Amino acid sequence: MAAGNPNLVNDKLVLPAPLALDGGQSLPQVEVAYETIGTLNPAKSNAILLFHALTMDQHVVSKHPRTGKPGWWSKSVGPGKVIDTDRYFVICANVLGGCMGSTGPASLAEGGKPWGMRFPVITIRDMVRAQVALLDVWGIDQLHAVIGGSMGGMQALSFAANWPQRTRAVLVIASTARHSAQNIAFHEVGRQAIMADPKWQGGDYHAKGKGPEDGLAVARMAAHITYLSEVGLTEKFGRRLQDRSAKTFGFDADFQVESYLRHQGLSFTDRFDANSYLYITRAMDYFDLAEEHGGHLAAAFAGATARFCLVSFDTDWLYPTNESRVIAHALNAAGAPVSFVELSAPFGHDSFLLDVPAQDRVIAGFLNQ
Amino acid sequence: MNPLRPDLAIIAANVAPGSRALDIGCGDGALMAALRDEKQVDARGMELDQHGVAECVARGLSVMQGDADSDLADYPDAAFDYAILSQTLQTTKRPDLVLDELLRVGRKAFVSFPNFAHWKVRLSLLWNGRMPVTRLLPIAWYETPNIHHVTVRDFRELVAARGYRIEGEWFLSGDKLASPAAAAWRAEHAVFLLSR
Repeated sequence: MAAGNPNLVNDKLVLPAPLALDGGQSLPQVEVAYETIGTLNPAKSNAILLFHALTMDQHVVSKHPRTGKPGWWSKSVGPGKVIDTDRYFVICANVLGGCMGSTGPASLAEGGKPWGMRFPVITIRDMVRAQVALLDVWGIDQLHAVIGGSMGGMQALSFAANWPQRTRAVLVIASTARHSAQNIAFHEVGRQAIMADPKWQGGDYHAKGKGPEDGLAVARMAAHITYLSEVGLTEKFGRRLQDRSAKTFGFDADFQVESYLRHQGLSFTDRFDANSYLYITRAMDYFDLAEEHGGHLAAAFAGATARFCLVSFDTDWLYPTNESRVIAHALNAAGAPVSFVELSAPFGHDSFLLDVPAQDRVIAGFLNQ
Repeated sequence: MNPLRPDLAIIAANVAPGSRALDIGCGDGALMAALRDEKQVDARGMELDQHGVAECVARGLSVMQGDADSDLADYPDAAFDYAILSQTLQTTKRPDLVLDELLRVGRKAFVSFPNFAHWKVRLSLLWNGRMPVTRLLPIAWYETPNIHHVTVRDFRELVAARGYRIEGEWFLSGDKLASPAAAAWRAEHAVFLLSR
């Protein structure tokens, strides 16, 4: 139990029924690993479902079991914090396809061998479906709110479009209603880096020692650049050299930014499964909420009764402000109560995880009505 | 809670309970909050400044960050009973087109603006030969957001030229209601209720 977080639970359960997937297949015995913080009230009306981003997991506030680092949103979630666990019962589940306890390509399939690339291709909606099944197990009919940043925001939107009666509020941060060509392109670079690593072995690396760590590290390096802003990178590293006074005229990590990216790439391989990275990025690339609803985004929200709030950041070029604006306009056209704000923050896409006081005010104000 | 600005108080007093209203340039949401709390109005807002929007969301209001000149186009026809534009018309690039948009998205529109023909403004210009800086127009010409100053007469003419109807008019002098008789001179501030 993390200090200052009473009623912290880390556990997993097996869904009682097979999970039907968008791809047409059905997954039996789906495990969902989750963290909950706070206490569910007797009316079961104070639950908030937090959807995690691509490379996060259910460890919102608890120390990460592999890295030992604090949970990814421990800054904002806890007693008396922006998302106040004295009031709310916060749930976060590892996504389907993930690698921190929920069923994914590293899980054992029938026959006792890991799924590997035999794991079915999943969608954002499939991820949400698994989490709705978790709510069903617990008898939570309606959430106080769903919240998500980045891929978590996609899940929040999918939840709102497909299970509109099951939440009273939807908060989407630094996200999009569909992956753009540029988004898909960056993901494809990452996937190709993994698949080009000889240790990937068609995805069957689990029984054979080390996996495609070099490829996964490169994938992470490329993706990590998209999470930061040029201004942020310049401020943090500029052209400064790493532990040396002159260029070496070689291909060592002369620049601080190179050293930083290599570290990001390497440390990622300690906590993430390469096949999970393939499946989850694929799910994000397939995401197009309008396409699921006859090409009209407003139609996706036709049954929406929840309040919505969309937040973007001015330095986020991965999911730029306009993506949030498009969603807000669709919600307006559907008549839903919606707020939209672009906040100023220097940190690019990652701003949603960092210290942005205006974001705290917006989140707390929106949740506590 | 602070009392509403006088022009907003007039608008709040004349909005029908339980109606739908869009407040364009809603600032920190004071009018919307009053409409919601006192008249059960389904109030939505639009505000250019991110701090204003953040403030509104923190008050539990539904507000879109956006620009009166360009972003009203995204709202469907007659989506609201009222479109409200308070002290913002004179800051828009095309007040005439904004007026059209107000009466497209709203069945009725409240418009309030500082009257540039108030006697103090006239005197200031006449005597000093300089752009007036007054209580309601406190910022020097080179940095004021008010790029289209308007008088009561100008506004009436625009409304007539566009074929809209004036359903109500209120004039303020020193934050108190003033007689419409000599409004062109004596009103510091005007509030109009328009319909198609």
